[in-house]
Amino acid sequence: MIEANGLTKHYERVTAVDGLSLRVGRGEILALLGPNGAGKTTTTRMLAGILRPNAGGARVAGFDVLTETENVRAAVGVLTEQHGLYSRMRCGEYLDFFGALYGLPPAERRDRARNLMRDLRLEVDSDAWLAEFSKGMRQRLALVRALMHSPKVLLLDEPTSALDPESARVVRDLLRSMRAAGCTILVCTHNLSEAEELADRIAIIRRGRLIAEGTAAELRMRMLGPAVFELRLAEDSEALASVLDGLAEGIGRTPASIRYRAADPLSANPEIVRRVMERGGKVVELREVTPSLESVYLQAVAEEGAPAPSREGI
Amino acid sequence: MSAAVNALPLRFRASRLAALVKREMRDQLRDWRVVIPMAILTLFFPVLMNFAAQAVINYVNQYGGQVIAEAVFPFLLMIVGFFPTSVGLVIALESFVGEKERYSLEPLLATPLSDVELFLGKVLASVITPLCAAALGITAYLAGMFFIAGWFPPLALLGQIIILTVAHAVCMVSAAVVISAQTNSVRAANLLASFVIVPFALLMQGESMIMFYRMYNELWWVIGAVILLAVIFIRIGLRQFRREELLSREVEELRFDRMGSYFWHCFTGDARTPLAWYRRAVGPAFRRTLPAIPWTAAAFVIGAVIGVVLAERFAFPVAMLQTRDYKQEFLKSLEALGFFTPGGTWMIFSHNVQAILIAFVLGVISLGIMGLVILMLPIGVISFATVTMARSGTSAWLFLLGFVVPHGIVEIPAMLISGAAILRVGNCLLAKPDGRSLGQIWLKALADWLIVLLGVVLPMLLVASILETWVTPLAAAGVLGW
Repeated sequence: MIEANGLTKHYERVTAVDGLSLRVGRGEILALLGPNGAGKTTTTRMLAGILRPNAGGARVAGFDVLTETENVRAAVGVLTEQHGLYSRMRCGEYLDFFGALYGLPPAERRDRARNLMRDLRLEVDSDAWLAEFSKGMRQRLALVRALMHSPKVLLLDEPTSALDPESARVVRDLLRSMRAAGCTILVCTHNLSEAEELADRIAIIRRGRLIAEGTAAELRMRMLGPAVFELRLAEDSEALASVLDGLAEGIGRTPASIRYRAADPLSANPEIVRRVMERGGKVVELREVTPSLESVYLQAVAEEGAPAPSREGI
Repeated sequence: MSAAVNALPLRFRASRLAALVKREMRDQLRDWRVVIPMAILTLFFPVLMNFAAQAVINYVNQYGGQVIAEAVFPFLLMIVGFFPTSVGLVIALESFVGEKERYSLEPLLATPLSDVELFLGKVLASVITPLCAAALGITAYLAGMFFIAGWFPPLALLGQIIILTVAHAVCMVSAAVVISAQTNSVRAANLLASFVIVPFALLMQGESMIMFYRMYNELWWVIGAVILLAVIFIRIGLRQFRREELLSREVEELRFDRMGSYFWHCFTGDARTPLAWYRRAVGPAFRRTLPAIPWTAAAFVIGAVIGVVLAERFAFPVAMLQTRDYKQEFLKSLEALGFFTPGGTWMIFSHNVQAILIAFVLGVISLGIMGLVILMLPIGVISFATVTMARSGTSAWLFLLGFVVPHGIVEIPAMLISGAAILRVGNCLLAKPDGRSLGQIWLKALADWLIVLLGVVLPMLLVASILETWVTPLAAAGVLGW
């Protein structure tokens, strides 16, 4: 549903997006991560048919962003980073206006607006003035606007940034239900836990270039290497000495615990536990220490030559 | 454009446009900063004009100057119609850039609205409300004048003022929307508004004089010109409006170094030698200028016809022409102008260059039109002189052969090419967009003009000046048998 090939955009002498290629399938959520100025917004604008790429191209919902821009815009729902509501409009008028621009009949506009507001728990009167909306209400209304025409593709820039945890959960649930209904969703976010929770795949861009892409687990493996395990004993013991020899790479040790990276945990872990127990160690816990997505992200976006991020967060 | 988009029914497009216009107008009518000035200009201002008219009547009646009063009434009618439309300028200047500042533009750009629908929607929304206010104001003024002085304008005059009011509004608003779409802040748009306000202030002064002199037939020409201007501005807007540009520019800054570098690149064609410059810059620039030559030639023909008409209308008495000693005058003028000297050649050359530079400056600020008018003048003078000489008994062909052809054979084509280049600079914004910014389009046209001037026109003018100084006097004397 989204296929971008070599998407490139220059602003005068700055290259905002540089040969970006990515694919998001039907019923899939892709989280686009990257530092500020990485080119996320420019990418979504090009995919939304608002900006024209200088090179490369993309097909969105089956339409070419270069030659079928009106069709692209008709098929895509866009949530912009700044909601930009018209403050001198009422809630109902606002949604009716955007529904009309997408060619929805008046009755359908009313029904869609009512249902979406209910789904997103935006409990306001349609006569309410937008100037009086809180930040969270504005964000939810902007999302309603983006969904009014039942788009096949959703391009969302920070969809939960202004929301309280409960509202954010509601939005995430709605996005999941839309994914289940076959909607293709691209989410630009700085909220890494949300990206991990929501997205099927994650793409990380830096300086307009794609530097990593895959599921969270794939990215962890690729960026941070084999899985890390922690073995804890009931009390301080010498049983941990040399216990990893030939099995795993140690990366930290206290008198009562040890951390190690195992390329083949299925064979290494039972052997390590056996060695410890043979030496009289009382094993309390052996667990995989899942590296946070933040570590993966920081590793990915670290400049070449810069020191790798600390593994303290692991 | 895809088949699906082409297949969109016009009714659907019209409903989208209507939705946009309705929203914009609703927004205006909910903004007290628009409503209050509009209400004052619609309700209070016409009454003020009625009082002004009454004061004029009372004053001029003391001296039997009823005619003056009757000239003032239509002028005030025009003013009453114009003032509310000026509010449209403010609305239009804010149309795109205001939305950009409030971040509401991007959601709008993300909708299926086409660029044409967006531009026309903004123009219509900025025009309709002020025009309604103008109509109300005109009605209030006319009602007041009818009760105060029993005056009602002739229907033709009323029609003229209504058309003029609409044309003014469309002109100002479409120009302001173009400015709004090309700037990055409301402040910048307001500063650039002087490019609309100043020409319109001059235009209004001219129209006021026409009204005071009661030259209502001549007013049709002005109306025609303003309508043409409105069409040109709408065409510029439709041609140059691209949603792409609205979000691309994040920094608003005049980068003279980049402008200079782009201009230099266009001007030199990256050539390193004069020969390469002729091949890589002059040739292509000249070819780009060629399509404008028929228009310039048509303007020269019109200039010649005007010269003939004026010579017929303001003919010198034949007797006076025949009694003058042209031979003596001719010899004196040759001496005074430095003919047969290098100084004379330089004087003629610099005079022609000055004329071209003046034409260029005027052409740039008038879509090329005033530039052509300046270059038409010598053609008009030649045809006037030819007809006048013919009336005195001198063969027109002999006169042309002796006085014009020797140097004109080079000078007139030089002026023709120069006029075409000026017309291109003046009209460059009407060209089909090709991905370049407005600034780049203008700089490229400017570079082309300078290339053609330096590479083609000036050498031709230099040759023409030499011919005019050294050959034309001999030819003139020869054909006239002196």
